[in-house]
Amino acid sequence: MLLRHTPNDIQERSALAINPAKTCQPIGAMYAALGIHKCLPHSHGSQGCYAYHRSTLTRHYKEPVMAATSAFTEGASVFGGQANLLQAINNIFSVYEPEVIAVHTTCLSETIGDDIPQIIAKARDEGKIPPGRYVIHANTPSYVGTHVTGFANMVKGMVDYFAQANGHKESWVNIIPGYVEPCDMEEIKRIAGELGVPCILFPDTSGVLNAPQTGRFHMFPAGGVTTADLMRTGSAVGTVALGKLASGPAARALDTKCKVPCEILDLPIGLQATDLFIDTLRQIAGVTVPDSLNIERGRLLDVITDMHQYFFGRKVALAGDPDQLISLTQFLVDIDLWPIHIVTGTPGKKFEARIKEITKEVPHPVNVRAGGDMFLLHQWIRNAPVDLLMGNTYLKYIARDEDIPLVRWGFPILDRIGHSYFPTVGYRGGLRLLEKILDALMDRQDRDAPEEGFELVM
Amino acid sequence: METLNPEELTPPVPEINAEDVKKELLEKYPTKVARKRAKQIVINQVGPEGEVPEIQSNVRTVPGLIGQRGCTYAGCKGVVLGPTRDIVNITHGPIGCGFYSWLTRRNQTKPPGPEDHNFMMYCFSTDMQEEQIVFGGEKKLRQAVQEAYDLFKPKAIGIFATCPVGLIGDDVHAVAREMKEKLGDCNVFAFSCEGYKGVSQSAGHHIANNGIFTHVVGLNDTVQEGKFKINLLGEYNIGGDAFEIERLFEECGFTLISTFSGNSSYDYFANSHTADLNLIMCHRSINYVAEMMETKFGIPWIKINFIGAGATAKSLRKIAKFFDDRELLARVEEVIARELPAVEKVREEVKPRCQGKRAMLFVGGSRAHHYQELFREIGMETIAAGYEFAHRDDYEGRRVLPGIKVDADSRNIEEIHVEPDPQRYRPRLTEEGLARMQEAGIELKDYEGMMPEMCDGSLVIDDISQFETEKLIELYRPDIICAGIKEKYAIQKSGVPMKQLHSYDSGGPYAAFQGAINFYREIDRMVNSKVWKYLQAPWQKHPELAAKYVWE
Ligand code: SF4
Ligand code: SF4
Repeated sequence: MLLRHTPNDIQERSALAINPAKTCQPIGAMYAALGIHKCLPHSHGSQGCYAYHRSTLTRHYKEPVMAATSAFTEGASVFGGQANLLQAINNIFSVYEPEVIAVHTTCLSETIGDDIPQIIAKARDEGKIPPGRYVIHANTPSYVGTHVTGFANMVKGMVDYFAQANGHKESWVNIIPGYVEPCDMEEIKRIAGELGVPCILFPDTSGVLNAPQTGRFHMFPAGGVTTADLMRTGSAVGTVALGKLASGPAARALDTKCKVPCEILDLPIGLQATDLFIDTLRQIAGVTVPDSLNIERGRLLDVITDMHQYFFGRKVALAGDPDQLISLTQFLVDIDLWPIHIVTGTPGKKFEARIKEITKEVPHPVNVRAGGDMFLLHQWIRNAPVDLLMGNTYLKYIARDEDIPLVRWGFPILDRIGHSYFPTVGYRGGLRLLEKILDALMDRQDRDAPEEGFELVM
Repeated sequence: METLNPEELTPPVPEINAEDVKKELLEKYPTKVARKRAKQIVINQVGPEGEVPEIQSNVRTVPGLIGQRGCTYAGCKGVVLGPTRDIVNITHGPIGCGFYSWLTRRNQTKPPGPEDHNFMMYCFSTDMQEEQIVFGGEKKLRQAVQEAYDLFKPKAIGIFATCPVGLIGDDVHAVAREMKEKLGDCNVFAFSCEGYKGVSQSAGHHIANNGIFTHVVGLNDTVQEGKFKINLLGEYNIGGDAFEIERLFEECGFTLISTFSGNSSYDYFANSHTADLNLIMCHRSINYVAEMMETKFGIPWIKINFIGAGATAKSLRKIAKFFDDRELLARVEEVIARELPAVEKVREEVKPRCQGKRAMLFVGGSRAHHYQELFREIGMETIAAGYEFAHRDDYEGRRVLPGIKVDADSRNIEEIHVEPDPQRYRPRLTEEGLARMQEAGIELKDYEGMMPEMCDGSLVIDDISQFETEKLIELYRPDIICAGIKEKYAIQKSGVPMKQLHSYDSGGPYAAFQGAINFYREIDRMVNSKVWKYLQAPWQKHPELAAKYVWE
């Protein structure tokens, strides 16, 4: 047994986190910043943090993840990191020539209390920021919130620094896609395209973290939202923000700053959440939903009707981030799977209440914990077994020990590919999720069937 | 098997002038940066006595330049202590640091039985919140240690401080002492390995060495059976390397008391002072423990290397010679003779396909050196190499140690003062023994470094930047580059295969004889992969359209 020391007996812990279901703010901020075209994320702290964030994102995407660091030493930690950041800004613009440097803080610089806007202003005064280039920032202390908070803060930073109202309402809609995969962002743009809604999607990591192999490395790949588009977000007719935690703060900031009204929706994962997303977009833009999307929706429904017997009453345990879990839990409940253990590392009572609401008709006791960890999830599973696990790669240890099939989903996925290429949002994404779930459940059924019960047709 | 001597190598790339390359690497940098980097980019030149030019290393990274390095915490918790299975390692800090160092280094471990402690799959953290940053985190740490103890009853608990901990002034050592006393049967010790200390992981290695030596080594005096007792230092069992080496040791008749720290256990460390010889694999990360053990217990150390078949054979012979036992020497020869044919077979098969290809290695603190041997064995030359966090002695050899200036960043890392242990100090070599070593040509406590084994005109680059890596690819178009995960995909996107030498990608073991076979095959696979031929689509190769498409 790999997790041989996890006891069935659950003792509440108040200080020791074991096998976390979350990580720290800056990695989310770094990921978000990579969704700006020609942007270099910058970690203001010692070099360990950025090395870890880059490594983890690299392992998840199997793509170059470029970012820089202020490389604090002990001196900087005592006297503050201003000199380091000024130097870094100068070096980055001289050597790598990005259009934007997106600075995020770390626990270290936050604890010291470095004033980033003041340092950026000084860099500008000293001529270290060439004309037409930008340095933006977000505060991302990891002792508050999680990687989701960091993502949200950096996206809000984009609004704070770039969004401008031009005085009238233009035809486009802003879409904030949430902390989703590059292919999900692409899929959301495609859906808007099918609807004929002109949109500015930000951040946009498609074409950045799923870039093609061409034999030429580009420090700044083709993808990412442009600064010109980020400025135009202030004049949009409205904003559709997907995922309350990850996208809500930026959407509200845009409303406050530029009076762009917003709708904050769940991530369009699964049937109902996608319905709501498309319906909202339709109404904001005043368009009709084309048949192409009706067909996609119908296909998803078709598979649910055809395969319902394999879903019904199967118990699932989930670990992931709140925005994702809310939509996924709803989807699973809609197809009559029973999500019975749900853990996120991100704290929040609202999350627990929402999940309880979604699962209230599941005919089984449901455990949910915001600010929980995978050690707890494992203990729950020991006490009430499940047929399926869904979550990031770290769940594979529980999957192996308990012999439960695992559908990899969420962040980080360190041992498989696909998540950056094949979306799980929208109806087509829903189909992919169903395919993955069915593959897992049915492979297991095949594996465990007695010889006489081994079926050709399923 | 004989490996090539460096003198026999031709200059790396005759048509490219290394001086010009260096100039190009520096051209784009702001003046101050260029001046600093110029001292860290050296064109190799080996003198008759093996002397090489000075290279600046173990100095601060330039902010904004984008490099490979990680932090002190990573070196301490991640590298040195991480691979030990039965210590509960608690990261004291916000969640990230602990999360990222959770299982990501591919250290393998095999506990003896299903009941034995193995915490490697677990990540323990105090998950500090704002409240602790403001009011202090000692209370939460104390409670976390208690909870870990109540849940797991481990023999030992290690506490690792991250950046904010040092700043807010938590006394992790006091908490450790207090909890050790309170728990009674659990050794609790702490490491002040805040990420801002030092200039790289290297400081973390040193801190880990100090901690393990102070708190664990020497706690168990049980004398184990065995005639030739050794410790293996600086081997972390990435991809199963240590398993392969352990197998060899057993066949040769060596008794391995402890490995620091691959496939290792707290108990092995505690007992390691009963060995008679320390073998150093990664000089950078662990030489401190060897030095301290020599002073305190009288155990000599030698540098060995199990990367490369030739190096492995040489190292085994060196150990056997140290013990000077006829039977042992014979058995070692037997083992080598048994292992080599399989290696030779693959080597001969692979070599024609790899011969003359060029490699670059920028990684770690010892592998950029050791892996050159493996490449040489299949006829590949290393045209540029450098370390991520090594010191001058790893480049130029320990001969330069007396001349190394200790700067402010290193001075902050504690050098612990060690004295011979009144009961346990037992010099393993008498005067006579020392003389015999000299006669047998066994250099005690010596490491020659990387540069004397590289050919003249090759580039040696310390703490290479992203920019420099890109430039080198453009100028040299090497056939393969070895570095770490962060560099991997940028290099491969440039059309050059990239092998990770921290984690070995998904491969390994690469140590010892079987490992050499694995590595030859891996490199053959990579440098001869078909995929690089398909980078261009047919229409990109021939964009011109025929006037009219002709149907057959
Ligand atoms: S630099 Fe400090 S905060 Fe960052 S990973 Fe290292 S110990 Fe943690
Ligand atoms: S110090 Fe903070 S920002 Fe850095 S890795 Fe640790 S938790 Fe993340």
